Amino acid sequence: MAETTAIDRGQRMVDATLRRNQLRQDALIEVLHTAQSAYGYLTPEMLWYVARKLHLPPSKVYGVATFYNFFTLKPTGRHTLVLCQGTACYIHGAPKCAAAILAAFRVGSGRTTPDGALSVLTARCLGSCGLAPTGTLDGDLLGHLTPDELVARVRATLAADQRVPAEGTA
Amino acid sequence: MSDDQLCLAVCSGAGCHSAGAPLVREAIEAAAHGTLRVKGSGCLGLCARGPLVLAQPTGAIYEGVTAESAPSIVAHALGRAAEVPPPVLPADMPFFARQHKIVLSDMGAVDPERIEDYLAVGGYEALRRALHEMTPQQVIDELTRSGLRGRGGAGYPTAVKWGLVARAQAAQKYVICNGDEGDPGAFMDRCVMDGDPHRVLEGMAIAGYAVGASQGYVYVRGEYPLAVQRLQRAIHQAERQGVLGARILDTPFQFRVDLRIGAGAYVCGEETALIASIEGGRGTPRARPPYPASHGLWGQPTLINNVETFANVPPIVRNGGDWYAAIGTEKSRGTKVFALAGKVANTGIVEVPFGIPLREIVYDLGGGVPDGRAFKAVQTGGPSGGCIPADYLDVPLDYESLSRLGAIVGSGGMIVMDDTSCMVDVARYFLEFSMIESCGKCVPCRAGTVQAFRLIDRMTHGQAVEGDLDQLERLCTYIQQASLCGLGQNAPNPVFSTLRYFRDEYTAHVRDRVCPAGVCPMRPEEHTA
Repeated sequence: MAETTAIDRGQRMVDATLRRNQLRQDALIEVLHTAQSAYGYLTPEMLWYVARKLHLPPSKVYGVATFYNFFTLKPTGRHTLVLCQGTACYIHGAPKCAAAILAAFRVGSGRTTPDGALSVLTARCLGSCGLAPTGTLDGDLLGHLTPDELVARVRATLAADQRVPAEGTA
Repeated sequence: MSDDQLCLAVCSGAGCHSAGAPLVREAIEAAAHGTLRVKGSGCLGLCARGPLVLAQPTGAIYEGVTAESAPSIVAHALGRAAEVPPPVLPADMPFFARQHKIVLSDMGAVDPERIEDYLAVGGYEALRRALHEMTPQQVIDELTRSGLRGRGGAGYPTAVKWGLVARAQAAQKYVICNGDEGDPGAFMDRCVMDGDPHRVLEGMAIAGYAVGASQGYVYVRGEYPLAVQRLQRAIHQAERQGVLGARILDTPFQFRVDLRIGAGAYVCGEETALIASIEGGRGTPRARPPYPASHGLWGQPTLINNVETFANVPPIVRNGGDWYAAIGTEKSRGTKVFALAGKVANTGIVEVPFGIPLREIVYDLGGGVPDGRAFKAVQTGGPSGGCIPADYLDVPLDYESLSRLGAIVGSGGMIVMDDTSCMVDVARYFLEFSMIESCGKCVPCRAGTVQAFRLIDRMTHGQAVEGDLDQLERLCTYIQQASLCGLGQNAPNPVFSTLRYFRDEYTAHVRDRVCPAGVCPMRPEEHTA
């Protein structure tokens, strides 16, 4: 039941964005932004739906959805780690952090762990170069990262999940 | 009783914000308990030492403030003896003393979330002056006298661009602010957008009046949620205040501004790609001419300028073009904002007059290279720029000098590197960036960057063979000459500039299979399952 409600809410958000933009075709990116923030990723059904609503060829909607780095067609994990690979972070050892995450959780950039717990993404530059190397874990900015601290922080976040079993699995 | 003169401004730039500024602000408000005014502030610049708090009218800046140290700061600001005096940055610190703030002049004085603060420092006065006392042509003439050049990277004279759009005949024209700051290591525009959003809007409105446009768009990077939120709020406030929208300041002039949020594509910083993105499509560039000035958004004449360019406009209209032209060098007038990062003690945002030697920025403002390491190079202009080695640190910083050195002023990212950086690895890093961000429309860029990356990647893995270096240089020349847009044309720049000054490092990688800095793996990549 809980799941259906979430989907309805997401659908309502997408419809509201479509209405606010009076179904203008140039609102495509904005609509996709809304859909992605509602569901975490873009499903094929959603792309078809948006194409139909905006009277756009599905190829165009798919083209835009795959062109921009922000949009993903794959579901993301329960937690998302974004590692900044900007120049300042790079020369301050960001690649070592990525290597440590790969070694500890066996997940590289753009991938999700098989259990769906953790997705790892890279960012071009988070614009917080004063805190290099940086990253975000579930949206919270982490600065002056070291490989060990980062791995410990991610472990702690994942472990917290297991203490509180997800609804319906208990 | 609150004393209006006494005020503590908590830096709410993204650096301090993420270092805990919102908690600091709550703690200071609780400790002050109405005895002095507490407000937010745009980026105070020294991100490395944040969160920062600025006391007015003394101008003291407290560094590394925490919720725990809030009471002692309030006591100190009120002139009471505190048990533990809070750390204050020295007033004569070169980081602040050597700056010349025009674009950043409101930082500290204006709470980015309050239009009242912006009005109090003379905000929207320039717009009023332009609408009531000047013709559109007079506004453009004032810009011509100022000598302002586009701050997005290319340095094209702003007044010429404005004149082209103004002369174009069309029922509808557009003004676009390019806030798609994509260069890694650059965060000046973010700082202006989230620290002083009204300044950008005022500059755009003046531009709209000068070129005859009634609709503006700010295209903001999706990575900057704070800037999006503050610009959105600023637009609402400005509409309520009657400085945006219909009948602005009781004149027939109308100008609306809408936000467009990017979705993570570096190429969208290129103007024709940005326009394609606003139109809702893939952000791919097209051949120019026709330039956007005659054929831009929806095929209409469109003025596109960078955030910092627009932020320079209100002070120029207020103080006159001659005032601005007196700052800087003959061909590069005024000031430039730089984002200083990398292996330098004082990372943050600085605004300096053109003509200042790089050495002053790195050593005096930046505080030099930390940990006793040796300076190696400073990288400007991101993936389109180049590296400048120690020998050229005394060259005055302006558009022409940097381009003679094979680097560019660019949008203003400045990354300092020490001897722990390998220049072949740095070139590889930027080539990889351009390869991934290539939009794929033209072959020289799409295929060329991949092949060039493979060559340089072989070098860093100790797999290069005789002739690879020549091959890389030749290929880079083709990419530079044949690519459609700036991304491809400039993608080889990091290779050319590191080859120019650090060829010996390339030779060591290729011939001796050694990485002198010890950064590159120098052995074949291990493939994990």
